[in-house]
Amino acid sequence: MSATQAVEPLQGATAEVAVSVRDLTVRFAGDAGDVTALQNITVDIPAGGLVTMLGPSGCGKSTLLRAIADLVEVSGGEISVLGKSTGEARRNRDFAFVFQDATLLPWRSAIDNVRLPLEVGGKSAVIKAADRPEDLLELVGLAGRAQALPHELSGGMRQRVAIARALICRPRVLLMDEPFGALDEITRDKLNEELLRIWQETGTTIIFVTHSVPEAAFLGQQVLVLASHPGRVRELVTVDLPQPRKLSVRDTVDFMRVAAHLRSLLESC
Amino acid sequence: MASVSDTGPTDAATTDTERKARARRLAWSNRLPPALAVVGIILAWQGIITLFGVPSYISPSPGEVVATLISQAPNLWRNFVPTALESLAGFVLGNLVAVLIAVAFVHNRTSERAFYPIAVFVNTIPIIAIAPILVLIFGNGYTPKVIISGLICFFPTLVNMVRGLRAVSPQTLDLMRVLSASKSEIFWKVRMQSALPFLFAALRIASTTSVIGAIVGEWIGSNVGLGALIIEATYNFRSSLLYATVLMAAAWAVTLFSAVSLVERRLITWKPGSVH
Repeated sequence: MSATQAVEPLQGATAEVAVSVRDLTVRFAGDAGDVTALQNITVDIPAGGLVTMLGPSGCGKSTLLRAIADLVEVSGGEISVLGKSTGEARRNRDFAFVFQDATLLPWRSAIDNVRLPLEVGGKSAVIKAADRPEDLLELVGLAGRAQALPHELSGGMRQRVAIARALICRPRVLLMDEPFGALDEITRDKLNEELLRIWQETGTTIIFVTHSVPEAAFLGQQVLVLASHPGRVRELVTVDLPQPRKLSVRDTVDFMRVAAHLRSLLESC
Repeated sequence: MASVSDTGPTDAATTDTERKARARRLAWSNRLPPALAVVGIILAWQGIITLFGVPSYISPSPGEVVATLISQAPNLWRNFVPTALESLAGFVLGNLVAVLIAVAFVHNRTSERAFYPIAVFVNTIPIIAIAPILVLIFGNGYTPKVIISGLICFFPTLVNMVRGLRAVSPQTLDLMRVLSASKSEIFWKVRMQSALPFLFAALRIASTTSVIGAIVGEWIGSNVGLGALIIEATYNFRSSLLYATVLMAAAWAVTLFSAVSLVERRLITWKPGSVH
């Protein structure tokens, strides 16, 4: 990591914390007794940062993300999002979630899907502060397909609509659970690059779960590597690659060094 | 039609009319085989009657049936209207109750556990056996026929609607939770919509069975209606009237079925298979 002196200092050191996880434990009731999915996780996600979560399948990376999103019951420890409890943050629309499937309502056009968050869970203050659905479709490059139904869109386009929907209430934190996992590599590369652009344009904190080492290294300012059985933090790796990143950065020696380091961590998990 | 396409693609308008003409030709070529099949069957029917000299009280010829349809038109119409109204009322009522009960079932598991076996039990009783009971209770009026017609629609719609309301992916429910959506918002924005294809599958079945229900009701106890006319025509060996009556009943069922299909096409423009 000697070739990375010129890089801007990581915001995490000085800036405020967006998501703080303290000593988090999550247990599920299974057939053969309780299963510990996550054990004593402690991590801080800096505001405005982009942190990717990487780990072998079953390490609980999705569970951690879902716990932050108030979708999973916490067995012990604490999570706070912008200083609030997860439930409060959810009701306040402080975070948004992007699933692996686009999870669009198939009977709604693209623009109506983007509009969905404005129609439910009514908090007028949140909705007043929201962006225009048209602008968000433009942000994700789908301005011309506003009236298209989900089945008329490709997988990548559907995921773009899902991202636009997630961004409509201007969330401070964007939680993404393997959003590009089901896409082909070319589409995934393109969306990776666009996600970085959107991140820089919006300044949203992003937590991004993936099982792809190149994706984790390319997107993340930091990579949180988890180990499995039970899920715990293996290491929080800082990726000192220059911003803004282009896909070509993946051919540099620095990038390969980071990727190799991540791989060695995964192997020892 | 040929003259339209012969003008050639000189401008955009011509190509448009040409495309329409081609679509019309395609529609015709799609409809031709079934039309030919129907004509063939009618001709064969007429042929067999003439060839074997079948007496008309056993089976009338198509010509006789058409003649009866015309000569008996006022009589047929007088009996058609009650049957049509009964089946329509039964269709609306039976499906409405089924949808409401399905909503209750999905809303409350206990109510489902309590009443689902009863619904299954009622469904297993042959409708022919229920009809006399209802006639005894409600008399000879419209009521028992509407109830029988509704009852026959009820079960398929209940089963399908329960399935449809539950056919929401866990991920969609997660999404709604992240959005802090209320239970009623989830119901109206997600469950009802995703249940529509299931509902219409049941309504297609119900559209034809509701007519059967009304006719069965009329068999048991009635002086008017297509069902009563069927009984009367049979006992008096007026076979061409019987056939004409059956045709009327079938035509009404097809009308209801087409109406349901039309509404379905208007309402469901999305691909139900793509529900995630």
